[in-house]
Amino acid sequence: MKQLLEGSQAVAEAVRLCRPQVVAAYPITPQTHIIERLAQHVANGELAAEFINAESEFGAASIVLGAVASGARSFTATASQGLLLMTEVLYNIAGLRLPVVMICANRAVGAPINIFSDHQDSMSVRDAGWIQLYVDSNQMAVDMLIQAYRIAEVCELPVMVCMDGFLLTHTFEPVVLPSQAEVDGYLPAFQFARTLDPTQPMTIGGASEADNYQEYRIAQHHAMENSLAVIEALDAEFEQQFGRTSGGLLQGYCLDGAQIVLLGMGSLMGAVCDAVDNLRTQGEAVGALSLRCFRPFPAQALIQYLSGAQRIIVLEKAISIGGGGIVAAELRAALYQAGITTPLESVIGGLGGRDLTPEVIETIFKKRVEAETEMTNHFAPNHIITDEIDSGGKAHG
Amino acid sequence: MDKRDLFRDNVLTSGHRACSGCGEAMAARMVTDLIGPDAIYINATGCLQVFSSHNQQSAWQAPWIHSVFANAAAVASGVEAALRAKGKNTPVIVQAGDGGTFDIGLQCLSGMIERGHDILFVCYDNEAYMNTGVQRSSSTPHAVRTTTSPPGRLANGKHELKKDVISIMAAHHMPYAATATIAYFPDLKAKVEKAMSIKGPRFLQVLSPCPLGWMHDSALSVTVSRLAVETGLFPLLELEHGELTGVMRLAEQKPVEEYLRPQGRFKHLFTGKEGGVELRHLQALADARIRRYGLLEADTKWDTARAMQSERNGRGGYVSTSTSGGAEHGA
Repeated sequence: MKQLLEGSQAVAEAVRLCRPQVVAAYPITPQTHIIERLAQHVANGELAAEFINAESEFGAASIVLGAVASGARSFTATASQGLLLMTEVLYNIAGLRLPVVMICANRAVGAPINIFSDHQDSMSVRDAGWIQLYVDSNQMAVDMLIQAYRIAEVCELPVMVCMDGFLLTHTFEPVVLPSQAEVDGYLPAFQFARTLDPTQPMTIGGASEADNYQEYRIAQHHAMENSLAVIEALDAEFEQQFGRTSGGLLQGYCLDGAQIVLLGMGSLMGAVCDAVDNLRTQGEAVGALSLRCFRPFPAQALIQYLSGAQRIIVLEKAISIGGGGIVAAELRAALYQAGITTPLESVIGGLGGRDLTPEVIETIFKKRVEAETEMTNHFAPNHIITDEIDSGGKAHG
Repeated sequence: MDKRDLFRDNVLTSGHRACSGCGEAMAARMVTDLIGPDAIYINATGCLQVFSSHNQQSAWQAPWIHSVFANAAAVASGVEAALRAKGKNTPVIVQAGDGGTFDIGLQCLSGMIERGHDILFVCYDNEAYMNTGVQRSSSTPHAVRTTTSPPGRLANGKHELKKDVISIMAAHHMPYAATATIAYFPDLKAKVEKAMSIKGPRFLQVLSPCPLGWMHDSALSVTVSRLAVETGLFPLLELEHGELTGVMRLAEQKPVEEYLRPQGRFKHLFTGKEGGVELRHLQALADARIRRYGLLEADTKWDTARAMQSERNGRGGYVSTSTSGGAEHGA
């Protein structure tokens, strides 16, 4: 049965259904509603977990590290500055191969300080060794959170579910919440072999030098690569049981006959799909591709979807300062590796909560398509077209 | 079969990579053997972690985890929360140096205490960043030479005072906080045993001389730590819920010079022009601590002479937790 739920409430219910034994968090906008709801569940006896109010996000990440290493399924959530404060521990959790699950309520990073949504926070920790899954809607946040625990525990890798702050966390949408029995059927009780146990004493987190450090790092990389198939398989299993798919690695929209593909991540894709609908009625052969899984980077799956496209426009809500579009750069590298030289435009926008409305996206699309004849270099530098986004935003704002 | 029985002797077994005369290695072996292998140990980054946990050569015979430098108390909070959620009561012990306690680890430690986790936090205090090559920490005492507080034309070593961390612990009104050294094993043993008998957050600061950083003969680690107590520079205290409940009385007060002379880190005070001022300053600091804690007139039979007698008679009372061969492992 569908219920009208705020994104934070919906995802907090999903967390409760996954039966974490330890929840640790430090408050930061826009993550707060998630942990407040969980704190209330614990206080009401509706979730049998230890709720730990950490002294910082660095502490929160460290607490779930210790809890999972002791064999307890755990949860934390953060955003923005909090995620960056966790950075050292995020790398450590991944290096220790601990199946921690967290939500990043995506928010801009200061300075200037800004509480609204973009992807700069999670994109900045893309090399930490966490699986990163970006969701489009509150329903997908619920479904992906449940899948995240399965993925993490099968792969022994940490998973970050990235859901746009405010745009999802504070927005009410109709959501289907699964029953406890349904979730229990999909997600077995936590089993983890490498735990701190006096009957099986183990040294966890010892030192390593040049003789074997690289092997640990390579093994971690291979585990991430191998998780691609697991993510797809567990989404298929989820679909079989719940009748809904989260798309696995990628989800296409109107790709039949699409010559131009708009690619993006997160809640942005709702507006992109609307723009595609409008442009289709205007006769444009356009489709959309939602990149659900950014880490590991699904190069092969992207190539399969994009090999027929004549032009790709990557819309992204983060920037590598001094470099440009991050998704665009990685996609370009993947296409180049496959010998595909389709023109690829990198468009950065929606930073710090600026709206990327369907009208803005249509404007971007038209300006980029008009510019096609002038493009001579397929691997042109990134185009950070803030003027288009600005004028579009003003025109429709 | 319980795997512990195969090799178990000491919790921190021999063959690790500590320097000769390492006070921290002695302290860690004493503390962990008193607690035993049926506990979970969380270690901050530092000398103890580096010399004991090299890949595939771990010296630990109990469950042991190291994450990063600053977060040992938070990792332990998670371990303890998980055990509580599972209905287990395995003791949880943090081990950290002074950097991981006084400086980079202080925030996580304060959070751990404020939340009331049932954890013993042990600080092996060697008064500087020894693992990285003897840089000053907030635990480094006044006037000490380190590589980042060098004496020079404009400086007499570290200008600032040693941070009074035990008072910070006491200000949390935690159930138990105490200081100890490797010199008085019966005192250390009593404090570890008391700490292990109490629920909630507990703190133990163990002064652990570092021959490399303190620049003393590696055979003098125990002697030097005893002199730190006898001069009043490092009072042995117990605090319960923020109140002072026990001190080790000084049978006699020794002048600070007796403590300072064997240590190269204070050598500039005896050779430099301005050294005399700093020597008087250090003596005044010792006198102030003696007055503050009443170390000469405390109403207790437990004094430095009695503690030393007890240590001599009983080989310090130090035996391994293993059932055989323990006496050979005297401190």
